[in-house]
Amino acid sequence: MKLQYNSMELMICVAARELEDGSTLAVGTGAPCAAAMLAQKLNSPNLAIMFEAGSVSPILPEMPISVGDSRASHKAVMVSTMGAIMETCSRGYVDYTFLGGAQIDMYGNLNSTYVGGTHQKPKVRFPGSGGANDFGSFCWKMMVLTVQDARRFVEKCEFITTPGWLQGGNSRYEAGLPEGTGPYKVFTNMAVMDFEPESKRMRIISINPGYSVKDVQDNCGFELLKAPQITETQPPTETELKILREEVDPHRYVIGR
Amino acid sequence: MKTETMIEEKENTAMNIIKKGRGELFTDPDPDHARIFFRKKSRKMVNKSMTLTKAIETFVHDGDYLAMGGFGGNRSPIAACHEILRQGRRNMGFAGHTASHEFEILSAGEVFDRVDAAYIVGLEARGLSPCARRYMQTGKVKVTEWTNYCISARLRAAAMGVPFVPTRNLLGTDTFEYSGSIIVECPYTGKKLALQPALYPDVAIIHVHESDVYGNCRIRGILKSDNDLARAAKRTIITCERLISNEEIRRDPSETTIPYFLVDAVCEVPYGNYPGNMVYEYFSDEEHLREWLKAEEDPEVFKEFLQRNIYDCKDHHEYINRNGGMEKILKLRTIEHLLHKEADK
Repeated sequence: MKLQYNSMELMICVAARELEDGSTLAVGTGAPCAAAMLAQKLNSPNLAIMFEAGSVSPILPEMPISVGDSRASHKAVMVSTMGAIMETCSRGYVDYTFLGGAQIDMYGNLNSTYVGGTHQKPKVRFPGSGGANDFGSFCWKMMVLTVQDARRFVEKCEFITTPGWLQGGNSRYEAGLPEGTGPYKVFTNMAVMDFEPESKRMRIISINPGYSVKDVQDNCGFELLKAPQITETQPPTETELKILREEVDPHRYVIGR
Repeated sequence: MKTETMIEEKENTAMNIIKKGRGELFTDPDPDHARIFFRKKSRKMVNKSMTLTKAIETFVHDGDYLAMGGFGGNRSPIAACHEILRQGRRNMGFAGHTASHEFEILSAGEVFDRVDAAYIVGLEARGLSPCARRYMQTGKVKVTEWTNYCISARLRAAAMGVPFVPTRNLLGTDTFEYSGSIIVECPYTGKKLALQPALYPDVAIIHVHESDVYGNCRIRGILKSDNDLARAAKRTIITCERLISNEEIRRDPSETTIPYFLVDAVCEVPYGNYPGNMVYEYFSDEEHLREWLKAEEDPEVFKEFLQRNIYDCKDHHEYINRNGGMEKILKLRTIEHLLHKEADK
């Protein structure tokens, strides 16, 4: 029998597979947190999650609503400060971060500050950086989990809140950001993308079941590069879906969206 | 030649400024100005307990720069936010250092007109506040952009008594362009560093688990930057879940996060973080927080909502009583300790 799942479930399951056991991750609430929790319950029981409010390596009993709430520090090994978490990232101890935003461009730069109008009088104001600029600057591999939509995947972010590969090529390191850090993968409902090593432009590496390269390009505001071998994304397994639905998000806060 | 030598010396000793952010600094980063203030501040260990009304009247003034403890509605001084609205404070500066429900309340009262924005307008997984968004989109509020780490670092610098600390975030982004940071070349390594100017708030309000009447405080769970905040602020108001004896503080000083001499007022406000989450005490009232977001969609409905929940309330207890009282509190205590899950089994 063919497994039934929605696009959010697919994105979370695929993203969770990236988080190997014994690695460290800085993350916010929502879908990225669901991916972290799924990874913790499946293959990576020793995945250390860091929350910017100060919690180190919690075992999440359910999805936190805020990264500073009681759930986010449940059975943690330590509760500390925001400075301590950010400095752990700055020292090079944190392998991954998962981020999102209102806009993402072809170099993986993110906008979560405002869209339209001016900075002083924006049409739509968003929260701003929060910890995103910090995580995106310091963590070794930055990953993005978001819906494939031409209004979101834009040629140029109106405001670069969080650095991706900036203007491509070597511009990220020329700006002074730590060597070896940068955007790694983007997970959407339609595809998985990485960044071409020289130009640092976003490129398709695998297509999710039911979609085509054309679908992905049609829902993207800039031209995507294509990897020499584009594979088909492995769909969620029965086990992944069972744990995601029963243990990670039983109230369907994220997967019901 | 003398001029050449001077230039040479300058090149050898000065940090090379690469770029300055265009954002306004709303506070003075000069540690000597702060030292003069701190020199005059009383160090006496005297009883500082008072009502929240009196503390806000005495220590929070129109035009002051305000910063708050806690993280995004968790261990946040919500009762104090309501009192600030009731007393009608205006033209304040505010540190948006993951300010979520606090920011929503202060926006509703149009309390501030300038903001250091690291995380504002949003309530994390709950979505964005329509009220806070509307206020920030009027153009009436001056905004300087920062990140969460920037504000932590700025409070750290102030707590250290130095004008700035260097960090490696912000580089290459518009967040930097609209910040008050300066990028310099490191005199040791030549690397680019973003300088985070010391942030000395005029007044800080921090909600804690326990305090004695002198202001020796215990905080459980995550600290965010509250240790540094109490040290950086010129005046600090503590609201606490419960007062404890000084003997209890001295029994285990390793539990003390904030010592008394930093503190100006101590207000015992049980459930003072409602409807937020006070770790180890009570969980957030998600149902009521949703009512806030729903009411905000229509400015007329929201006006009535604020009247009922803030302006017509004598104090925080009346607010809690209007939203379920002790029965609600007991439910939130059960949820906090995950006891409802045990009952399900």
